[in-house]
Amino acid sequence: MPGLRRLVSRKVKERTLGYALLAPAVLIVGVFELFPLFYGFYISLCDWRLGCQAIVGADNYLRGLQDPEMWYSLLVTATYSLITVPVQLGLGFLIAVMLFQRARGHELFRTMMFLPYITSTVASAAVWSYIYSPDNGLLNTVLRGIGLPGLRWLGEPAGVFALMAQNVGVTLPGWAHGPSMALVSVSIYTTWVFIGYDITIFLAGLVNINAELYEAAKVDGARGWNLLRHITFPLMSPTIFFLLVVTVIGTFKAFNHIFVMTGGGPSDATQTASILIFQQLYAFNRYGYAAALAFILFTVILTLTLLQNYFAGRRVVYE
Amino acid sequence: MIGAAAQETTTARRPGQSARLSVGGVLMQIAIVLAALMAVAPFAFMVTTSFKTYASVINNVIWPWFPLGSEVPQLGNFWEAITTVGWDSQWGIYLFFRYLANSLIVAGCIVAGSLITSTLAAYALARMDLPGKQVLFVLVLVTMMMPEDLTIVPKLVMMFNLRWYNTYLGLIVPSLVSVFSIFLLRQFFMQIPRDLFEAALIDGMGHLRFLISVVVPLSKPALLTVGLLNFIWAWDAFKWPLLVTRDSSMRVLGVGLQQFMQGQGTQVHLLMAFAAMVIVPVLVLYFLAQKQFREGILNTGLKG
Repeated sequence: MPGLRRLVSRKVKERTLGYALLAPAVLIVGVFELFPLFYGFYISLCDWRLGCQAIVGADNYLRGLQDPEMWYSLLVTATYSLITVPVQLGLGFLIAVMLFQRARGHELFRTMMFLPYITSTVASAAVWSYIYSPDNGLLNTVLRGIGLPGLRWLGEPAGVFALMAQNVGVTLPGWAHGPSMALVSVSIYTTWVFIGYDITIFLAGLVNINAELYEAAKVDGARGWNLLRHITFPLMSPTIFFLLVVTVIGTFKAFNHIFVMTGGGPSDATQTASILIFQQLYAFNRYGYAAALAFILFTVILTLTLLQNYFAGRRVVYE
Repeated sequence: MIGAAAQETTTARRPGQSARLSVGGVLMQIAIVLAALMAVAPFAFMVTTSFKTYASVINNVIWPWFPLGSEVPQLGNFWEAITTVGWDSQWGIYLFFRYLANSLIVAGCIVAGSLITSTLAAYALARMDLPGKQVLFVLVLVTMMMPEDLTIVPKLVMMFNLRWYNTYLGLIVPSLVSVFSIFLLRQFFMQIPRDLFEAALIDGMGHLRFLISVVVPLSKPALLTVGLLNFIWAWDAFKWPLLVTRDSSMRVLGVGLQQFMQGQGTQVHLLMAFAAMVIVPVLVLYFLAQKQFREGILNTGLKG
């Protein structure tokens, strides 16, 4: 049957072409994303000095798990995440709801708020380092202008609660010092950068809510908070969940702005896990150790994402 | 999860939302204006500082010009910043221009390369009947979820082994595919009606001709979005370019700016002039193509 043969050969031709079209992308992803995953695991099992000197098995991992610096960096990362995520998402949601209700100048304001997100991280981090500068930064100029003492901002390793208590002459015990001023300063920058992105995503979600639902609820006498509580929140839950997962992962990967603004200091106050891994690699050339730390960090991120999926994901309402 | 955000568009507005004048309404409007001002204030501070004299900077003068002061805007700061960065003896130009050239070369190659690789792959995934493509797609999505930290050590070792360390190849090739772009284009290509292809087939077109002469022209907005996003990402890249280069002549603008900050950061007016010159190209692009930007970011998001 010549017709069938033609059909078969066409099919083969199509498949050959299809795989050829996929080849460049698959090759690059394979070589530079997938292969490094296995290669990285191999390196993490090695005593690596210009090459694998010896397979040391789990040594690098054990060393990581016993290294107080590693645990401290995870604590810093978690603190950073705990400050940044609620503030960023809370403020972003609030502003999005306000923007949605008030059309006046809506487009212009949204454009303005989106600007920090698209600008170069290194450049905006450099600008903020100057804003935070203890000598002639904008913030301290303003503080001194209204008669308050300046702060050390990014250069302050002391906890914010400890600083506040100090002002009223109280000395707090160590566990109540709170996150370091430096880390809080970094978090303010992070919020400034990412809030425009959150607002954009939230607004997209708000636009999709059927207006008739609000009308119907209003007929039933619901107002203000009740509308938010019973219509907006449940219907926005997929969007909120999406942003929650993305933002938490983002804070655990955060590197560029922290490296530019503080380099991990002062006295490790902003040394997140990502900074620690980079320093081990870049400053100390500890390849095997850095690779093992990366896998430990990845395990933590994966666990967190699964936990969020389990606890928060169940509360998500899909239409 | 990503699909949930991808479906959404921002254009529609809810009808019957006319603003009523009330105390709450006025407060909201004030809050919005304040938030917007806080978003742009650092940029204003950067631009004003870049026009100040060093004396005004260290004396904390916020506005040293007319009508509050007698200074003239220091346009020369920009050139002074460029010359202060240093000299690239390899090409015989100011180092700043070398950084700029490197950034443009790297970003240009990455934009062109990822447009080509992702268009081809997205078409095959969206429109062709290939056994195993689902597996491939899942694999591609998995790589999207992985943190950069996980692959950075082995990638660096690979650069040494390939002798790509401190070269353009090392800066460019690992970023030639963007999984996000494939994802985005695939969504777009799937919306192109199948009938169109059937018709093209009767006209004697194959997949390749159909892709080039029908799909690509139809997908200009999506391709523009992908190109813009890849440009932003390439321009913003910092960790990898820092790690994979050693010589100052191989640095991109972001790394150059960070090194300048470490070395000559106390000359804040020059630092701000440098930062402004890094930010401006992206701002221009943003204002030219705002809509593409926002819709692209809605669909993909995620910034390192």
